[in-house]
Amino acid sequence: MTQQNLPADHPILEIKNLVTVFETRHGIFNAVDDVSLNLVPGETLCLVGESGSGKSVLSRSILQLVDRPGRIASGEILLHEAHPSSKTEQTRSLDLAKLEARSGVIRNIRGRDIGMIFQEPMSSLSPVHTIGSQITESLVLHEGLNKKAARDRVIEMLRRVEIPNPEKAIDQYPFEFSGGMRQRAMIAMALICNPKILIADEPTTALDVTIQAEILDLLNDLKKQNDMAILFITHDMGVVAEIADHVAVMRHGKVIENGNVQDVFDRPKHDYTKALLKSARDSQIPSPDRLAQRQVQPIGAPILEASNLRKEFYGKTGLLGMTQTTLVAVNDASFTLHEGETLGVVGESGSGKTTLARCIQRVHSIEAGQLHYTNRGGDRAEISQLNDAQLQPTWRDMRTVFQDPFASLNPRMSVSQIIGESLLLNGMTSPVDRRKRILELLDLVGLPSSALERYPHAFSGGQRQRISIARAIAPNPRIIIADEATSALDVSIRTQIMDLLQELQKELRLSYVFISHDLGLVRYFCDRVLVMFKGDIVESGDSETVCTQPTHDYTRALLSAVPITHPDQRGSRQRFRYENG
Amino acid sequence: MYAYILRRLAWSVPFLFAASFLAFTIIQAPPGDYVESYAAKLEADGRQVDEVRLNSLRDRFGLDEPFLSQYWKWISGIAKGDFGLSFQWQQPVSELIGDRMILSVILATSTLLFTWAIALPIGILSAVRQYSWGDYFFSIIGFIGLATPNFLVALILMYVGVVYFGTNVTGLFSAEYVNAEWSWAKFLDLVKHLIIPVVIIGTSATASLIRIMRANLLDELYKPYVTTARAKGLSEFKTILKYPVRIALNPFASTIAWVFPQIISGSTVVAVVLSLPTVDPLMLDALLTQDMYLAGAFILMLSVMSIIGMIVSDIVLAMIDPRIRYR
Repeated sequence: MTQQNLPADHPILEIKNLVTVFETRHGIFNAVDDVSLNLVPGETLCLVGESGSGKSVLSRSILQLVDRPGRIASGEILLHEAHPSSKTEQTRSLDLAKLEARSGVIRNIRGRDIGMIFQEPMSSLSPVHTIGSQITESLVLHEGLNKKAARDRVIEMLRRVEIPNPEKAIDQYPFEFSGGMRQRAMIAMALICNPKILIADEPTTALDVTIQAEILDLLNDLKKQNDMAILFITHDMGVVAEIADHVAVMRHGKVIENGNVQDVFDRPKHDYTKALLKSARDSQIPSPDRLAQRQVQPIGAPILEASNLRKEFYGKTGLLGMTQTTLVAVNDASFTLHEGETLGVVGESGSGKTTLARCIQRVHSIEAGQLHYTNRGGDRAEISQLNDAQLQPTWRDMRTVFQDPFASLNPRMSVSQIIGESLLLNGMTSPVDRRKRILELLDLVGLPSSALERYPHAFSGGQRQRISIARAIAPNPRIIIADEATSALDVSIRTQIMDLLQELQKELRLSYVFISHDLGLVRYFCDRVLVMFKGDIVESGDSETVCTQPTHDYTRALLSAVPITHPDQRGSRQRFRYENG
Repeated sequence: MYAYILRRLAWSVPFLFAASFLAFTIIQAPPGDYVESYAAKLEADGRQVDEVRLNSLRDRFGLDEPFLSQYWKWISGIAKGDFGLSFQWQQPVSELIGDRMILSVILATSTLLFTWAIALPIGILSAVRQYSWGDYFFSIIGFIGLATPNFLVALILMYVGVVYFGTNVTGLFSAEYVNAEWSWAKFLDLVKHLIIPVVIIGTSATASLIRIMRANLLDELYKPYVTTARAKGLSEFKTILKYPVRIALNPFASTIAWVFPQIISGSTVVAVVLSLPTVDPLMLDALLTQDMYLAGAFILMLSVMSIIGMIVSDIVLAMIDPRIRYR
């Protein structure tokens, strides 16, 4: 479509007017609709779009990996085999779109000429084969190496992707690796035969920011070393700002904007691109709405006070399972949550954020420390040692919104049942009253009343999260714990949900505990923040202060890993890793 | 890995003891003892019941002693390889069971191999070509196999064998080999006779295994790691065999656990119908006549087989699935 923006010199892969369709009972659906793109050696093309925009299908079409009932309907995918820098211009071009998905020709190209990395490094690797056996396979297949020679090459490759102790790592299984290490192994697997093209499908989405930053740097280095063309799929404009040379924005199967990264960031043409860029920039400032609201409605008295909370988990090891091991998930946590306040909890996966939330809600027992809750009537009570029956009134006041809107709603219950259940449990027995309240709640979270009798599968991720929020606020609680409640959502939807939460806070005078791994979001949304690292709260304070003048090295490391918002800032940020046992 | 095996073995010792105790409790549980049912049988036949003889029988087997000392007598004998005497056959239990046990093991093993050889490829085919003609065909056959009782199949095949082929399909040996020494010819005769029982006993297991394999594999076939394997350029055949099939096989290792007790009691009805000289009919008989030591030996063997089966399947699982090993 807008091919003129790309330097057409020597592309190694040309996609021309590609259409990939899915044949369903309801007719034919064009997942990729007339897309044209070029991949150039030594350059990264970022493909941006929301879930369902067709970007993954496009990337899979290139290698003929689209699962049934999807198929390429028309268009060309030209792979130019020899680099045309030799003056002879004898390039052989091969149209991948014409190949059979199971033919030997496309199989030879997969892994040898075009490598691919996927989003979930855990589920994309076989759990029962060693890392080594999964990588070696490609070498044996494409280069005919024997196992011994292949093993040396694999160790060398693992070293290049900076996996520590590669001689040992080669014989380990994926589940023995951390998320970041798995993704490095995945990259090693994709690059072992030195492909000319790398397709990376959201390779950093499932990783912590600090790990994401490292993986992006690694991909950039490898691109330069191998003069590789990278097709990088992402929904995060920050990532685009970090690594892209060119950007293509996809929506509803079509490329709506395509150009040089500088042009797209400085002069976006399409409204959708502008909205994407705006939400990326939002993560650099506190939400103006929130600041305005605090002027009118200042933060109130303490509602929940935790002092020296400690949570331990136990495991059993040893020959007869008699030895007990202890893991301290939350260590000596003290903080105060005020009425009408938003308190952020940030940290990497495994830092104890969720455990802390479950402790203050008293879903978990607490090993040591005190927890005081002040109820609506102003009575301050110690709740750390209460039993389930005694906790009932407190639980009504503290509700949770979970991360995954697909997993946290029962697929066999209608929306009215999902929301009504918590009303019923809290003593609203009259069906008429319940229905009235559910309609009121749906209106509050911006869903139509027609949603009442429908089931969760009929809703998109954002709408489902609205249902979760309606369920959480149903019994009129005072504290909402939002556990990564926006992480699974697309950027544009994420902003809407955060605005909704902000609005509800104003109307219902809610206090939020907002758990996130994203410091940008916390800065935008939270008044104060706790930074957690391996069970300890290493820093806490006003979120703006923590984000601009961090005092702890770990906070600095986290901040340095947050993606930049404009390509001009590339290289301006000194990255460092926080090493501490 | 070694620590894991050691741990499993160590745990099996208390289990074995508990199982033997339970086995003895069970054979003691019915009211009366062998001597009483023996006397009742004699009376029913209209014969004289000799009180003196009955009492001497009681003394000999310690039937009047307290429960724990009877148990001790029994279990310490077993430790020395003496399973006691069968009242009914008036023979040592170990001799009675010995020969039949070998045949039972042969029958169970061949049935298992037959089942796996048929079920695994068909299961894989049904999953990979889901909703194809072949999938439907084997699904229908499978459901028929599941729904038909084994003894019915046995009766039908016997009928077909006798009426249409004029051969006797019962037993595991032809008449001339029954008491013969083991030889190549006897072995071939056995193989010939094995086919029909194996098919009969194996049908329902095959049918259910096909369903399990199909379901397991369908769960794995569309996982991301399969796409990863394809993206490496592996052929479709190798992709499926090396990755999803390998993982779909894990549940099969757990089924080893209940293959072991089946050696003893897996095909009782079929064995009775086809008069197979395996241990199954002997066990049924021992239970019906309250032949205490014989029945006790069977119950104990069943428990031991279950425990061994469990250990073997745990070890096999740990070998093929590293996630279990590293727990």
